[in-house]
Amino acid sequence: MPKWFTPAAIVCALMFAVSPFLIANAPYEATMGLVQKIFYYHLPSAWVFLLSAIICGIASARFLFGGSPRQDRLAHAAAELTVLFGAIVLVTGPLWARKAWGVWWQWDVRLTSSFMGWMVAWAYLLVRKYGGPGSDKLAAGLALFGMANVPFVYISVNYWRTIHPATSVVPTLPVDMGVALWFAVACFLLLFVLLLRMRVRLEEQRAKLDALYLSLDE
Amino acid sequence: MIDFTELTAEGVSRHFGRRRAISRISFQAHSGSILGLLGPNGAGKSTMLAMLATLLRPSEGHIRYGSHTSKQAGASLRSAIGILGHDLFLYPELTARENLVFFAALYGVADSHAAADAALTRAGLGDRGGDPVSSFSRGMRQRVALERALIHRPRLVLLDEPFTGLDDASAGALVARLRGLRGDGTIVVLATHDLDLAEGLLDHAMFLREGRAVENVARPDALRSTYRSIMGRAT
Amino acid sequence: MIRTAWLILRKDLTVEVRSLEIAYTTLFFAISCVLFFAFALVKEGKAPEDGAAGILWIAIAFAGTLALGRTFERERQSETLRALLMAPSDRPAIYVGKLLGIIALLVGAELVLVPLVAFLFQAPLLGHPFWLAAILLSGTLGFASVGTLFSAMLVRARSRDVLLPVLLYPITVPVIIAGVRATAALLQPDVELAIVRFWVMLLLALDVVFLTLALWTFEPLMTD
Repeated sequence: MPKWFTPAAIVCALMFAVSPFLIANAPYEATMGLVQKIFYYHLPSAWVFLLSAIICGIASARFLFGGSPRQDRLAHAAAELTVLFGAIVLVTGPLWARKAWGVWWQWDVRLTSSFMGWMVAWAYLLVRKYGGPGSDKLAAGLALFGMANVPFVYISVNYWRTIHPATSVVPTLPVDMGVALWFAVACFLLLFVLLLRMRVRLEEQRAKLDALYLSLDE
Repeated sequence: MIDFTELTAEGVSRHFGRRRAISRISFQAHSGSILGLLGPNGAGKSTMLAMLATLLRPSEGHIRYGSHTSKQAGASLRSAIGILGHDLFLYPELTARENLVFFAALYGVADSHAAADAALTRAGLGDRGGDPVSSFSRGMRQRVALERALIHRPRLVLLDEPFTGLDDASAGALVARLRGLRGDGTIVVLATHDLDLAEGLLDHAMFLREGRAVENVARPDALRSTYRSIMGRAT
Repeated sequence: MIRTAWLILRKDLTVEVRSLEIAYTTLFFAISCVLFFAFALVKEGKAPEDGAAGILWIAIAFAGTLALGRTFERERQSETLRALLMAPSDRPAIYVGKLLGIIALLVGAELVLVPLVAFLFQAPLLGHPFWLAAILLSGTLGFASVGTLFSAMLVRARSRDVLLPVLLYPITVPVIIAGVRATAALLQPDVELAIVRFWVMLLLALDVVFLTLALWTFEPLMTD
């Protein structure tokens, strides 16, 4: 592990310990009161989920056309983190919706599009696990199509949803929640970087082991 | 069309994960010669043939067709390569003639129908051309598959276990066909573990064991005893 | 390139016409699908609102998945896909040839399914034939473009039968949404063509993007 890893991990843990206090002290939102505070973890998770998906897509493209195994390892790790943070988004979202508006699922455009993106990331992992030899390329192809699909999913779900008028509207990003929000974002981003580094390192170790086995065979 | 008179492998290796399928193999084959890849099952013969066919990329080393690698030569290199795989590459629902016409047209052969008819005659199946391949015996299918591989007159012919399931007459016909190809200046690379049939046919024999070339013999004879002595050695 | 695609398409049609195995089984399966959904969803003789459109597209998607699997299973026998890859032509031509074959098969199935669904659910599907054709063609193209690529990719993979739906369905969600919504809009008593036009435009944009991506990635995905 690189030198910065352990200090960064400690900083991250401390930040997460501090963040609930910042969140508790943040101003209450007008209509939803206390319940709205889940947003401070929901939104950064969503951003990290999106970031992770984009990294997976770009690394997959570079792997498919360049053949670099480093990109493949990065794509695999990013896909796993997409599933992880996506799960956080998809759990915190309905929890918030339930308390705020009384229903678990509202076919909200962002939540639904996230769900579809999450399914693609999950499919990526299934292919890698069960696809047999050559599954790294198959998964990369899937990731590319998943990324290309994002605008279409968003537009189609959005337009589809207006046909089922909802009784509530998810608020747009409130930028005045300031400190607590950006602190939480920093927490999640740091956590993401740490987890990504750790996961990529696991794959690197596996590759080194394979290379050792190969050289043993000389 | 790309043409070449030498096939060269330089330090070619291929691994799958942590398993080495082929380990630093080098050889050179000239036009008008037959090279045999001999070895037990799992020695890496099929992997080597797949690399020579450009279906698989070597993990290390180069394969040169003349002076170019496959990347430099591009897609047209494939028009100079013919391959007969273990699985025959024939559509069972189509007739023998339809299979041959399809592949001839695919490879850009000038008059695909005439070429197909000529191929059927050469295979001794002129009267069975209109029957679906699924109704053929293994030997007959092998003959059609061989003609399919050769219909575009490739410079390099790769054969993976072509003697499997052939009776004596068919095997003899195949040997004669291969000798004819050698006379025409084709480079033939033949993977087999049937040493008796390869006897007297090969100009060069490369013995493979666990992905490594254990021996490379020019003008081999007494293949079986050579094979036994080589394979019996400790690695 | 076009010549190669045409050769492959003609070969596939010849093979199919011999036995009609894929055509009959896919058609039968699609009809069974429609009936299944009818039994599940119809109450007191009436399908739920927009049910007819949904059932039509689900039947197309399921039948399409089956047809894709069977078509490439044929190429897996005797490893003929490898032989096609060995030909000196551009490899994406193989993709195009296969794609056209699948589209032909699906269009054939749709020619039966549309009247069937219209008949069973009293849905006036044939009221605007031009628009319906536009929706079906653009949607089928979208679905088939991804499906053909993924099926080809999976030919040498393990668990290929179950992985095809796993890969295909999440990616083709916009196709299904657009297809069903547009078809449903056509079934309304007063049709709003603006809505139909929007969905068809979306489908066409999607077709262009997916086709381009598929042609671009076919060769790297099929070679080692």
